[in-house]
Amino acid sequence: MSLYLFLTLAILTIISALAVVFSKNPMYSVLWLIVCFFTIAGHYVLLNAQFLAIVHLIVYAGAIMVLFLFVVMLLNLNADTEPHKSNLSKIASAIAAGLFFVVLIASIRATALGEFNLPNKTNIGFVEEVGKKLFTDFLLPFEISSVLFLSAMIGSVLLAKKEKK
Amino acid sequence: MHGLLSLNNLNTPNTKTESTMQLTNRSKVVVKHDLNWLEKLYLPAIFSGLAITIKHLFKKSATVRYPEEKREIASVYRGQHVLKRDDKGRENCTACGLCAVACPAEAISIEAAERKKGEENLYREEKYAAKYEINMLRCIYCGLCEDACPKDAIYLSDRIVPTAFTRGNFIYGKDILVEGIDASGRVDVSKRKKNYEMEGSPKQPLINK
Amino acid sequence: MDWALLLDKTILIVIIFAVSLGIAAYSTYGERKIAAFLQDRLGPDRAGPFGLLQPIADGVKMFTKEEIIPNASDKFLFIVGPCIFMMTALMTSAIIPWGKSFNFGGHEFGLQVADLNVGLLYLFAVVSIGGYGIMIGGWASNNKFALLGALRAASQMISYELAMGMSIVALLLINNSLSLREIVDGQAGDGNVWNVVRQPIGFLIFLICAFAECNRAPFDLPESESELIGGYHTEFSSMKLGLFLFAEYINMFISSAIIASLYFGGYHFPGIDSLDLPQNIAAIVSIAVLFAKILFFIFFFMWVRWTLPRFRYDQLMNLGWKILIPLSIVNVLVTGAWITFFK
Repeated sequence: MSLYLFLTLAILTIISALAVVFSKNPMYSVLWLIVCFFTIAGHYVLLNAQFLAIVHLIVYAGAIMVLFLFVVMLLNLNADTEPHKSNLSKIASAIAAGLFFVVLIASIRATALGEFNLPNKTNIGFVEEVGKKLFTDFLLPFEISSVLFLSAMIGSVLLAKKEKK
Repeated sequence: MHGLLSLNNLNTPNTKTESTMQLTNRSKVVVKHDLNWLEKLYLPAIFSGLAITIKHLFKKSATVRYPEEKREIASVYRGQHVLKRDDKGRENCTACGLCAVACPAEAISIEAAERKKGEENLYREEKYAAKYEINMLRCIYCGLCEDACPKDAIYLSDRIVPTAFTRGNFIYGKDILVEGIDASGRVDVSKRKKNYEMEGSPKQPLINK
Repeated sequence: MDWALLLDKTILIVIIFAVSLGIAAYSTYGERKIAAFLQDRLGPDRAGPFGLLQPIADGVKMFTKEEIIPNASDKFLFIVGPCIFMMTALMTSAIIPWGKSFNFGGHEFGLQVADLNVGLLYLFAVVSIGGYGIMIGGWASNNKFALLGALRAASQMISYELAMGMSIVALLLINNSLSLREIVDGQAGDGNVWNVVRQPIGFLIFLICAFAECNRAPFDLPESESELIGGYHTEFSSMKLGLFLFAEYINMFISSAIIASLYFGGYHFPGIDSLDLPQNIAAIVSIAVLFAKILFFIFFFMWVRWTLPRFRYDQLMNLGWKILIPLSIVNVLVTGAWITFFK
């Protein structure tokens, strides 16, 4: 049962991820990305990490993608306002993407493919366990990341503030 | 104006001049002041607003469920016109056109015709209105036609003009305006008649005298 | 997979679905009636006795009206928008405990579709996705008013979700659980009081945010008819408009249920245990109690709508970011301090 669920989710993930790249309309790209996030959240649920799945949905699908959508909506998406791309940039991007593809293939070949094992049912993904882990074993990284967020917040406040003349 | 007022104040040094200026005692002096801490919360204002609206939940509604219920109307209400007949069922109107002349909205149009032999039971006098039309969309229900009529022929009744879908349907011809011959078709206008008969006005039909 | 469980849940989902739609339909009737009564009018009274068939007449009207899809719109997303909005509105009801469980001859029939241990977070996830329906619908209409409404909806939802989340954090500190059933049960029994007593400020913040999340007056800026001629659903007609309007009422119903569960003891009332009722009767009583609370809050939603005028957009943002969020953070701090030092 879980194997079939996993396979369905995996195929959906790959299809939606490809659709993000191949959609001509940026609006559809954003929406496919949201679908992709949902399928990834499904993977988390399969791994019994409910907290991570839900937070993933709230933060990525619920907040960040809304902002993405916000920006895309306000763009003028008419085809005639699209800037013309020169051949040089096309060639450069083709080379860059090709190189990246080669690196990707090489890294996949280098890794040994193990067998897929469904993890045993644990409570590690539940809220209590995640909280305990965060505030005991991973306290330092947790606090440092919160300082990072604080500095980001201060930065945004500074940007939003009116300049004094 | 202002000078006059201040002069008034000098003459009568009591405070009454202020109150005589007002038509009612409901007016309030509005003073705009900075909100204090409690008012800035807006919560007291919100709750008092909620209290006001909930009070209205228990008040009697002002709606009249027309047509099941009908609102009381004044006894001299000016509604849809009626062209009267006399006691023998003959039309009073002689198509003199005074009503059309009197009408400030120019809503009435009349075509006169001569009474033929054998029509004596239909029309009271030798001349009658072959066509009598009132455009109900133009009519302002002032009742001047009624005042102008020397023959006791047109009255405004207490009936309300019904709605229609086209403008043409608002032009009422004789088929709608003339009252029926039998008792059930008659329209009672005694309430409006009384007004005039109190002081022996020229409204009395001459022919009956 | 346990087939009996699956059957139970399917039956429950169908019932909840039907009840949600029924309540939403009659909320439209209730809204018009209450608006009328608050304004000394009578409201709809032509269709059936007291106008009780009005929602059915409205439904028939919605279904039979002409379906218009604007030529310049994105047709696929134009249809998807209202569907997502409706779907997310219905999804939230999965975690609400509707009452105590029934017992049919030894077979326990629980009245909660899913008792997730991340229940409240699930609620936030679904609510945050609900904004997509409005955004997609508004953008796909290819109409500037609809787009403005969609943008307003999105920014309003994001802004008020933060304060809502913080007010819930304070609640969690007290209840020590994210599961709605545990929160509800934690408000009953000896020595326990309703959360509204323990968290008055949190309740107020949650209530205001619930109004904003439901796009209800005084926060109905996304669809303000006076400025945006209907906002995000300007271009929608027929049943697609119906879905938008309907989903709003379902949202209201579900938010009322959540407010009742989180802060007003859910399906409990003081002294319910001392009555010592048989289990099935107790279950029915508990459902009735919850629905009484829900109906009160639906009434409250309408009462407020017909009392307060709409906020201006900058006032909305000021209230959300400068008042509610700091207040909710202070609320969390005070609650934390109280738990640390006095418990």
